[in-house]
Amino acid sequence: MAAEPLLRVEHLRIEVPTRRGTLVAVDDVSFSIAPGEVLGVVGESGAGKSLTGAAIIGLLEPPLRIAGGQIVFGGRRIDNLPYEAMRRVRGKEIGAIFQDPLTSLNPLYTIGQQLIETIRTHLDLGMIAARERAIALLSEVGIAGAAQRLDHYPHQFSGGMRQRVVIALALAANPLLVVADEPTTALDVSIQAQIIALLKRLCRDHGTAIMLVTHDMGVIAETADRVAVMYAGRIAEIGPVRAMVAEPHHPYTAGLMQSIPRIGLRRERLQQIDGAMPRLNEIPPGCAFNPRCPEVFERCRRERPGLMPAPGTEAACWLYAAATADRASPANIVDRRRDDKTLC
Amino acid sequence: MLSSFTSETTALLEVDGLKRYFDVSPPVIERVLQRKERAWVKALDGVSFAIRRGETFSLVGESGCGKSTVARCIVGLYRPSAGRIAFDGTDLAQLKTRRAMAPLRRRMQMIFQDPYASLDPRWRVRSIIAEPLVTYGLVARKTELRERVAELLRQVRLSPADGDKYPHEFSGGQRQRISIARALAAKPEFLVCDEPTSALDVSVQAQILNLMKDLQREFGLTYLFISHNLAVIYQISDRIGVMYLGRLVEVADTDQLFARPRHPYTRLLLETIPRLEAADGAGQDREPVAGEVPDPIDPPPGCAFHPRCPFANERCRSERPELLPAPDISQTGGALVACHAVAEGRLPAPNTPKRG
Repeated sequence: MAAEPLLRVEHLRIEVPTRRGTLVAVDDVSFSIAPGEVLGVVGESGAGKSLTGAAIIGLLEPPLRIAGGQIVFGGRRIDNLPYEAMRRVRGKEIGAIFQDPLTSLNPLYTIGQQLIETIRTHLDLGMIAARERAIALLSEVGIAGAAQRLDHYPHQFSGGMRQRVVIALALAANPLLVVADEPTTALDVSIQAQIIALLKRLCRDHGTAIMLVTHDMGVIAETADRVAVMYAGRIAEIGPVRAMVAEPHHPYTAGLMQSIPRIGLRRERLQQIDGAMPRLNEIPPGCAFNPRCPEVFERCRRERPGLMPAPGTEAACWLYAAATADRASPANIVDRRRDDKTLC
Repeated sequence: MLSSFTSETTALLEVDGLKRYFDVSPPVIERVLQRKERAWVKALDGVSFAIRRGETFSLVGESGCGKSTVARCIVGLYRPSAGRIAFDGTDLAQLKTRRAMAPLRRRMQMIFQDPYASLDPRWRVRSIIAEPLVTYGLVARKTELRERVAELLRQVRLSPADGDKYPHEFSGGQRQRISIARALAAKPEFLVCDEPTSALDVSVQAQILNLMKDLQREFGLTYLFISHNLAVIYQISDRIGVMYLGRLVEVADTDQLFARPRHPYTRLLLETIPRLEAADGAGQDREPVAGEVPDPIDPPPGCAFHPRCPFANERCRSERPELLPAPDISQTGGALVACHAVAEGRLPAPNTPKRG
């Protein structure tokens, strides 16, 4: 991993003012992405993963606002840029892919017009060169007959093909980072596999880093280098995807992994985490997960845990605090791991 | 499990040659002036299967394959264009009036995908759950109604006090519990579950799947379960039907289907699911099968899957394969496959990926 990360998010806090007071949607989130790295961000709906992505590309919808922390991209702070300056960063240096390809494409323009406009906005190319680049991009994302397809409208493409066009748009100016928010959720499984493979191949070829936001742990496992698990607006655990799947440490991550039905592993009952993620106005003091946590102890209800080193990952959990002698001795952590293994 | 079924176990639901076409013709004026032809989407084009009492039969397939249309035809939300649906031996088409239909309708209920759209936001939960009880006249007195609603709420692991609230006060998972309570109110034998967990987060999905299994055991329910998520299907089903473009391409026991998928489309589906095990690096670089589901207005002739099938030959392009018992019947436990290549024995053995 390079010494200087491409993107640093530090203590990001996103708030929503409401009539009954300010709600904190993203609370003290910090992570970084190295050049060319794929970071998966996973969590349940409302965990704040999409908002974090939107904050990075500068597309938070008011009244949502960044209330604290900073976002540093390529050594430069981008969270406080004026609208026009951010517009030049977005698209050129940071590309974006959203869940529904129909909403990211304008139905009134041909995809050629949209691609060429994007290319010419960000790159210093003439009309003919831009058109050539658009054709090259379309064939690169696997659209057959790119030269003819350029003059077609979005509705003339299938869902999978539209998402390919959106990927072409996101990569049009050779960005250093692509923020992909649920890029395959609206697609069928066989198409989803094609799009994931495409995204991975393109970013590897171009050295583009990806922030992949999704609720599907399987997609993350197939794609990401590292993964951040979010819960109630906070990062619960972050680490290499392999360690996270094999040996999750935060009780929430562990429960999440166990509750995913797996083929070849038929169980009479799935392990479930009782209850649901708290709403923004009901986040408990201390650790946000404490009411549902099977390992909860006194300190969790009182004090909010920051990320602390756990074997192989970093977990925001007091079980891994060096000083927690009151409950979790290292011995019984090891025991718990062993139980999990036998379950698998 | 299936082995516990004896030959005299009767089918609770039989679907035979079910067809449902949707008219997507251009307006009359264009047909007259521009000589445009009538057009039909064959959402279901001859689907036959039977569900045994007490089992969970699942339909899986990609969007537009017709799995939800099957569900809607069975519960009577769509009228079949052709074919026969029999519930407990009674042909549903014979029941002409609502009154004649009611006793059977009570015995089959449906759970929908979106718990935000399927509950009336202006009704209290108590009234939502009580509606089937009142409609079918299942309770005599108000106190009895109240007790029964409380009992139903407890059965889906909610508290009786929740009956006073409105749907918006609940999370997605809790709302789906309310839908389940409403479906159970009429004491049905058969539940049609159309993507009941697809709108839910994984940890909540596990709660609902567990609850559905518990309820099935407790009340001896039979499920028709519909999902596009193969891992969910694997967890809950006894038998599975795989659909492609309005037809069943394979029907097999769960263990058979996942261990020895026959039809090339089933194999494609199994190979494309993103798996957690891929984090080890093993599955990270497979190249997925190309192609997409064809236009249902103009499906390919012969086997609908042939344009994407690596094993297709001339016969596949011209002749439509029937759903037949797989040739090596001793090993398949009665799997049905609609594939010429399987029938002719020219399909290589499935390269079952290692899992678990």
